[in-house]
Amino acid sequence: MAILTMYPDDERLEGANRTAFNLYVVTAVALFVLMMLLGLAMRMSQATWINVAPDLFYRLLSMHGAGMVGTTALATTAVMWFFLRKYVQLHLWALVANYVLFLLGALCIIVAVFAGGYGALWTFLYPLPVQSVGLWSPNAAALFMLGYLLIGIGMLLFYLDAAAAIIRVHGNLGRALGLQWLFGGTIDPDHPKAVVAGTMVIIANSLGILAGAVVLVMSLINVFYPQMALNALLAKTLIYWFGHMYINATIYMGVIAVYELLPRYSGKPYPISRPFIWSWAVSCLFVIVVFPHHLFMDYVAPHWLLVTGQVVSWGAGFPVFLVTAYGALTNIYRSNMRWTMPSRLLILSMFGWAAGIVPAIVDGTIRINQVMHNTQWVPGHFHFYLLLGVLPMALALMFHVIGRRATAPPNSGTDRIGFPVYLVGGLIFALAFLDAGRLSVARRMAEHLPAWTFTDKIGSIGAILVVLGMLYFAIRIAVGLLRPPAPASGGPRDRAANTAG
Amino acid sequence: MIPQNVIWTIALIGMGLVALGFIHVIVQAGKPADDAATRKAAHTSNVLRRWLFAALLITFVGGTYATLRPFPIPLQYAPLDAQQVVDVVGQQWSWQITPATVHTGGVVEFRVTSKDVNHGFAIYAPDGRIAIQTQAMPGYTNKLLYTFTQPGTYKVMCLEYCGLGHAPMTSEIRVVAAKGD
Repeated sequence: MAILTMYPDDERLEGANRTAFNLYVVTAVALFVLMMLLGLAMRMSQATWINVAPDLFYRLLSMHGAGMVGTTALATTAVMWFFLRKYVQLHLWALVANYVLFLLGALCIIVAVFAGGYGALWTFLYPLPVQSVGLWSPNAAALFMLGYLLIGIGMLLFYLDAAAAIIRVHGNLGRALGLQWLFGGTIDPDHPKAVVAGTMVIIANSLGILAGAVVLVMSLINVFYPQMALNALLAKTLIYWFGHMYINATIYMGVIAVYELLPRYSGKPYPISRPFIWSWAVSCLFVIVVFPHHLFMDYVAPHWLLVTGQVVSWGAGFPVFLVTAYGALTNIYRSNMRWTMPSRLLILSMFGWAAGIVPAIVDGTIRINQVMHNTQWVPGHFHFYLLLGVLPMALALMFHVIGRRATAPPNSGTDRIGFPVYLVGGLIFALAFLDAGRLSVARRMAEHLPAWTFTDKIGSIGAILVVLGMLYFAIRIAVGLLRPPAPASGGPRDRAANTAG
Repeated sequence: MIPQNVIWTIALIGMGLVALGFIHVIVQAGKPADDAATRKAAHTSNVLRRWLFAALLITFVGGTYATLRPFPIPLQYAPLDAQQVVDVVGQQWSWQITPATVHTGGVVEFRVTSKDVNHGFAIYAPDGRIAIQTQAMPGYTNKLLYTFTQPGTYKVMCLEYCGLGHAPMTSEIRVVAAKGD
């Protein structure tokens, strides 16, 4: 009979490890609240409840996009580090370097947006950053891109350290992914899922960050030497190759929390399997080549590339539905599930991911994209799986960690109110976006037609609830992290952990 | 039949099925099974997964074929021989559309480009829904084919963020009934 320990000793956070983890978490939850407030202001402005001038709106939109993507990466990097360090020897300097470079990069972006007036969005789509019609200077655009470069370098350092650590233990990245078991052989039951997922992220997102670095450097050269013009389609391709993989990597880092924590709360083992290994191998390939779905409306792009984008977008649903979400549901079915904040958030994250990719896959169809591209259908689907999928993955670990430090598992009365507020708000918010997509409401517009404001108002109500829920989570987590660590194993919480065979 | 409504219905059905699956399992999550029931549930789960795989595979193959044949984007590097040709140039923050009047029934070829940054050329039907769109990209000309079936005033909006004047960057295309319609 295997024993599923709720708080194993090798996950204890002490000394510098604890400080680093706390810095990541507190920074992330604080930034989430701030970025959500920016989002709320924009939705309320579209709803005509408040007035945000267009120039400020587009600056807020740039900050919100860059800030949310970066913060989600920060939070899920903490998830990956927290679990991966149990299986391979990670260096704390890499984690800290990533944090410091993130802060420096964030500072550059904040100055570029709020002091320099940068408003060319998080996608810095060439040549808009250098064609602002006087709204911001080339220096502001350059500072924004420099911020990205710093954040990317930090992430790459973390990945390189993790890759080296994984190779030291498993020989190479292919074996860490479990490719030796794709077609046969006895799978090592102790091969950690965190290593499989972490390896996939390292491979895919390192490529993405390198693509981003190439286009950022090219764009920076163009800022200072405008005569060195770029090819707009090539620049767009590289930007979306980078952007798509960067944000998708957050899902794959975050889901490690589900693999690690869910069986502890359900009391049922969640073993590695051949479908799991297939799923991650396929996902690794798919996430690298799926980006052409961002180019569907660029008709001059090679049509084989666009077909690839559609076929892979649809195919990407297989591993999510058949392995990850289905596996999680199988794990909790007829289990002795303990419904506390971490377990609620874990299941929510699986639902948010699985349900959220439905409209994403639908939009990954060329024929549908012709009427849905750049409508609010797009923020509808990505807010669905980020707000109700990825964020709950990271929040689940955060609540789990504060549970170790508290006198009781995180399941207070206010938790039981905060969770549905966040859930209902998130659903209203995302579905309002999707319905607006049905009505052809354009995304990324400061001024909306009168016929569009109804869904803006509904979305704003959802956003208010989400902000309230997240504000509560942020305070609860920050306060919980400040508690001193609980004694080593053998305490009452460990004895209360589920056991199963 | 409005395409956007069909798309919304498909997405709602998909998300609804996912939600039903989760609700069914969550309801059962607090009712632990004994060893025999656990083994039976595991077997049922594997069978269900195979059926789900088969259903997804059929949807994947059938849907891919149905949505890519005929290919929804015209050839870009060959003459299209459309009955009407409209040149479209986007520039911060206005559209130059020549001619701005077309007639129903005949295929219209839009040749869309940009003089400065990326724009999105979207044609909104009189009912307020997007009829068709493509990107206006500097250095490239995207060719778009569309056949108008209803006369009226079609609004053109920019759907790719292009700076401060993005939202007001609009224009119109007048569609008149063809002779004999």
